[in-house]
Amino acid sequence: MNKQRELGFAFVAGVVFAAGLGLSGMTLPTKVIAFLDVTGDWDPSLAFVMGGAIAVHLVVTRLIQKRGRPLLAEIFHLPKRSEIDGKLVAGAAIFGVGWGLGGYCPGPALVSAAAGRTEAIVFVVAMTIGMLVQHATASPSKPTRFEDEAIGKGSTP
Amino acid sequence: MSQFTPIASGIGGMLIGLAASIILAVHGKVAGISGMFGGLFQREVHDRDFRLAFVGGLFAGGVGLLFLRPSSFPSASSGVPMAAVVVAGLLVGFGTRLGNGCTSGHGVCGLSRFSGRSLVATVTFMATGALTAFLTHKLGVVK
Repeated sequence: MNKQRELGFAFVAGVVFAAGLGLSGMTLPTKVIAFLDVTGDWDPSLAFVMGGAIAVHLVVTRLIQKRGRPLLAEIFHLPKRSEIDGKLVAGAAIFGVGWGLGGYCPGPALVSAAAGRTEAIVFVVAMTIGMLVQHATASPSKPTRFEDEAIGKGSTP
Repeated sequence: MSQFTPIASGIGGMLIGLAASIILAVHGKVAGISGMFGGLFQREVHDRDFRLAFVGGLFAGGVGLLFLRPSSFPSASSGVPMAAVVVAGLLVGFGTRLGNGCTSGHGVCGLSRFSGRSLVATVTFMATGALTAFLTHKLGVVK
């Protein structure tokens, strides 16, 4: 029963998130590009999106962390890492280039694809391929490399 | 050409903040779209049904917007050539997974938790996004 409620809340959050993206203008690539290009015919509207989102989320984050535990889970699953490494900066930089070029970030792209926008569908397919390429080239391949070395040496049974 | 819409954008932003707050308060998780979606393609992920429910909600919301507020989507092509859309998608997919987040995960959730990593990521993607939009405009890639 708890599981059903958990999934129900996740679904509702997805719907609310999509409504917010649509209302805010994030699903209009031209508007996104007009926001990012400060030297052009600058439209600062999208600064209000991040401002509004953080204003609400900051307060709730404080309240729920004070409570000590989430409503339908035992513990918080929050990122614990704090180191600023090359992967973080390179990844963010690459993402920014794609965002500035296409005018879509992941959320608006998924919402627009569901609404049948051809550009967004193409974008989401490409984005998924980009993710799969990253997964395939990421570090979990370490154990395999270790095995390869062991085989190469021929000393371990 | 692009209208200034501070009120609609602000309210929309607050809805995004509300959605992220539901995920944090109920599930204790970060509502980062790239992580939520990208995790669906990883074998070792254990909360697949939760992710599917959230992404399903995003899709349902997209269909709802199409009927209730069609002006949420462009009426014509954005002027970005299809080849550029493909390149943009590949970069966004690869970059968000390498950098562990996008506009939602770093820009909204991370900044709300005062994460230093998220601040660096947000400043970085804003900067390269601005530079790219400026250059493609100047070079005439995007009209």
